[in-house]
Amino acid sequence: MDYVNLRRQAASLRKSLFDQGYLDEQFYQLEDLQDDASPNFVEEVVTLFFRDSARLMANIDQALDKCVKDFNKLDVYMQQLKGSCTSIGASRLKTECTFFRECCRDENIEGCMRSFQKIKREHSVLRQKLESYFQLLRQAGPIECATRPSK
Amino acid sequence: MEIATQTQFHVLAVDDSSLERKLIEKLLKTSYQVFLYSVTTVDSGSKALEFLGLKEDQKSNASTFPYQKETKVNLIITDYCMPGMSGYDLLKKIKESSALRDIPVVILSSENVPSRVTRCLEEGAEAFFLKPLKFSDLARLEPHLSKSKNTPEKHNLFKSKTVMMKKRNKRKREEEHDEMHETVGVTGPKLKLTPSD
Repeated sequence: MDYVNLRRQAASLRKSLFDQGYLDEQFYQLEDLQDDASPNFVEEVVTLFFRDSARLMANIDQALDKCVKDFNKLDVYMQQLKGSCTSIGASRLKTECTFFRECCRDENIEGCMRSFQKIKREHSVLRQKLESYFQLLRQAGPIECATRPSK
Repeated sequence: MEIATQTQFHVLAVDDSSLERKLIEKLLKTSYQVFLYSVTTVDSGSKALEFLGLKEDQKSNASTFPYQKETKVNLIITDYCMPGMSGYDLLKKIKESSALRDIPVVILSSENVPSRVTRCLEEGAEAFFLKPLKFSDLARLEPHLSKSKNTPEKHNLFKSKTVMMKKRNKRKREEEHDEMHETVGVTGPKLKLTPSD
């Protein structure tokens, strides 16, 4: 197994996540917190994020389905989602959450619907990318196993 | 390496989100490494009060629940927005209690609402931080903690830890930067190394 190559692929994917704005600085903080005591910390936090966000999004879906739209409730759910996005550095998602909340404030239901579709798409893409990233890391193994690329 | 003191430094973190609790706990454990510490996390204000030995419906000055030495808490960090009892309500209860009022309380919020900040500080919170909590926030807390009679002596440990993290961070980025330049062969925009303080 070509650990060096896998590690490079992981690094490349990681870089693209930052370059394309999917992730921001907060993700560095998660990486900084990972250590020998918590060797899978980043992945664990990201897993928690996708679990919580899926639940919140299901709630939002339900709330949007109702005939009478409760903008306050929608805003509260979205505030929680936005908070979680901020905590893991999910930058694009966070931006879309902000837009959704603005639509809530304007009681613009069409805007909310459109925005939420976008949130669902972004959420799915981010999940795929991060899953690939962690899979590559797992395959590549701990960094001590990889040999340094020759200069 | 400093010899750890005999005193336990105990932090109580309150947040309804398990994600946030995990982050806060790890941040605290990483920052406070040198101490004999412990971190307790709870998911609500009422559970926090229970842990602190104060019943929710208890009259503030009648401390019929003796403050247990084993559960002695040196710092409370609480989220502002929580279902049921908010962080602000929790803060009020703590400050109204003769047994607990000296414990420093820090409020965390995902929203920067000036009136909220003022309200909390006026009620006696040591600090109000925007989420997500950072190493630099904990470093800023240090002078506030030494005021409290409950905290043990400790000095400059936040700063040294923050510096260490920044160094490790920088090294990691440099390694990755080298690797990237070898594979990709382009000079893209340099990644911002560390979050600004």
